[in-house]
Amino acid sequence: MDLDSLIKRFQKKDIIAFERLYEMYWENICGVVYTIVQNKNLAEEIAQDVFTKIWNNSESYNPRKGRFFTWILNIARNAAIDEVRSKSFKNQKKNLSTDYFVGMLEQEDITNSTLDTSGLKKMLANLTEKCVQIINLLYFKGYTQLAASKELDIPLGTVKTRNRNCISQLRENITLKWI
Amino acid sequence: MDIEEYIASGILELYVAGSLTEEENSEVYLNAKQYPRIMEEILAIEASILALSRATVPSYQRLKGFDDIKVRIGQRKDTTVVKMSRKKTNWAAYTGWAAAILFAAGFYWFYTESTHLQNQMDLADKENQVLEQQIFDAKNSLANANQLLETIRDKDINVIPLGGQDVSPTSYARVYWNKEEQKVLIDAQGLPEPPAGMVYQVWSLKLSPLTPTSIGLLDDFMADNNKIFALANPNESEAFGITLEPEGGSETPTMEKLYTLGTVASS
Repeated sequence: MDLDSLIKRFQKKDIIAFERLYEMYWENICGVVYTIVQNKNLAEEIAQDVFTKIWNNSESYNPRKGRFFTWILNIARNAAIDEVRSKSFKNQKKNLSTDYFVGMLEQEDITNSTLDTSGLKKMLANLTEKCVQIINLLYFKGYTQLAASKELDIPLGTVKTRNRNCISQLRENITLKWI
Repeated sequence: MDIEEYIASGILELYVAGSLTEEENSEVYLNAKQYPRIMEEILAIEASILALSRATVPSYQRLKGFDDIKVRIGQRKDTTVVKMSRKKTNWAAYTGWAAAILFAAGFYWFYTESTHLQNQMDLADKENQVLEQQIFDAKNSLANANQLLETIRDKDINVIPLGGQDVSPTSYARVYWNKEEQKVLIDAQGLPEPPAGMVYQVWSLKLSPLTPTSIGLLDDFMADNNKIFALANPNESEAFGITLEPEGGSETPTMEKLYTLGTVASS
């Protein structure tokens, strides 16, 4: 079954289709949330909330407005950011590095039991710091093109082209990995 | 439209990131529908992001799965029985809590009501005691009055009116004298309140020669409500007089302070 018809069945409250989509995207959603909240149990809990939310609001997804994965990625980021801004989270006195995604890559200690960063490192190998930064902002933090250009202090058009180059490099790394 | 140039612009990467405006998204969507090359590129970009985000997931055994989602969205068919029993338990709990709250409220109501009634009973008890005392006092007073009436109605009683003298012309008094029992009752209602430190003294008088004999003091004049004083009088009195004397009384009457005086009518 192709993705489009799976999504259509999901929108008609087909639980089987929903389960397929869940298995397809669970790791991605949990991973993105994890880079923001930095707590594996919390990340899993929020990921479950995100999937519950997309089921309850399945009719609000419109393919004209973007990719299905982009839609749930956005919901996941917002849920994670809401959690980080919540009182209960702040009360735990989490000292989060704002660039955790970038920071993760700089960890030389591969013995980190929670996250095996070696796969991530391989994927981002030979990508410049600027690339890691822009990918982090656009995909993991959900910055708009304008917000990213302000954050990185580069022209709007440069965001687009630099990101294109960085993603191309990423794609090459992934392809190499599979060969 | 130059498809390669469109792809190279980087708009598709931003499309996957969700960084475009709604208008731009719609445009990319339509182009992707029209040109398979564009759709292919979008899928490739998406795949790279999927691979990257999958690599960020914490490496550990997943604790929750789709069963948890099914429970959350109320679609877990294989747990219908569990769900129903859970619902029942909840109702039981709600009913229990409701009953407990009702019981507590009812208990509180009964408690306050009973306390209130107890207070009212205590108050009524006190009122009863006061009324009993008043009845007792009234009976006493009536008995006293009856006794008084009996005494002054006695055929052997001699009534001697005492008239006001120079010191106090408006004063008056009355002596009820029972010769047999050698007792006098002094009705002193017509006397003014004695000044502080002074007291009325009653004298029995013999007239020729004038010989006064004290028969007593009208002590606690102000405290006595009916102003009737009982005194012993063993004398063969020919007249009675009342003078104002220093507290404790005097040996002889102070004639300047003679308030009332009256002679016994010769029978």
